[in-house]
Amino acid sequence: MCNQTVCLIAAELERRGITTVCLMLLREVAEKVRPPRALFVPFPHGYPLGKPNDPGTQRRVVEAALALTEMDSMAPLLVDL
Amino acid sequence: MGDASEFSFPVRGVLKAYRWRRIDPIPWTPLRKPLAEATVAVVSTAGLVLPDQAPFDESILGGDSSFRVIGGQTDIATLIDTHRSRSFDHAGIRSDPNLAFPLDRVREMAAEQRIGSVSKNHLSFMGSIPAPGRLMRHSAPVAAQHLVDCGVDVALLVPV
Repeated sequence: MCNQTVCLIAAELERRGITTVCLMLLREVAEKVRPPRALFVPFPHGYPLGKPNDPGTQRRVVEAALALTEMDSMAPLLVDL
Repeated sequence: MGDASEFSFPVRGVLKAYRWRRIDPIPWTPLRKPLAEATVAVVSTAGLVLPDQAPFDESILGGDSSFRVIGGQTDIATLIDTHRSRSFDHAGIRSDPNLAFPLDRVREMAAEQRIGSVSKNHLSFMGSIPAPGRLMRHSAPVAAQHLVDCGVDVALLVPV
């Protein structure tokens, strides 16, 4: 359910003028719910940024996600890490 | 990894039968300034709370749609996991809350001028909300206004 919840919050933020990007752990949920921008990450639930105490991997995920905010695209934007 | 096969058979059944909401039309706010000048906030649904905040209420049938404000100066190690789901391994976020609330990573990017600044506040939800009506009608709009008031340009949303 967390995947849907972030999508619904993101939609409201976008309506208020905030650019959003969602990490997604279930690609099929992203395809059904359709958040504006999403980065699908190949990690299990509970581990959305990869590993605990692994700043390098976490940073790579955050950088990849935030990079989507600068892409000239149209909704929905769904990219694989 | 990254698909429903990691869940138990009963949970997979619930996910298959669930009526997923569909965002339509999809709102789209282009970033109006370089990321290097943008104020960034983290919004996580990992159910993390500060020690002096109430835990999320796991007795609410359709899910607790409330949220907690997490200050930008928070020591991320102090966050407490109160997510009600038993469907995922909690060990990672209990060992390192940055795993689902990457505030330290965003701070690093601000220090390196990859982003403009870190928002003075960030938001924590508990994402197990199978009945999201109240979330969509009440909590999300209030949360959005809070981030607007903080001058946020970009929000990074993290499920767990």
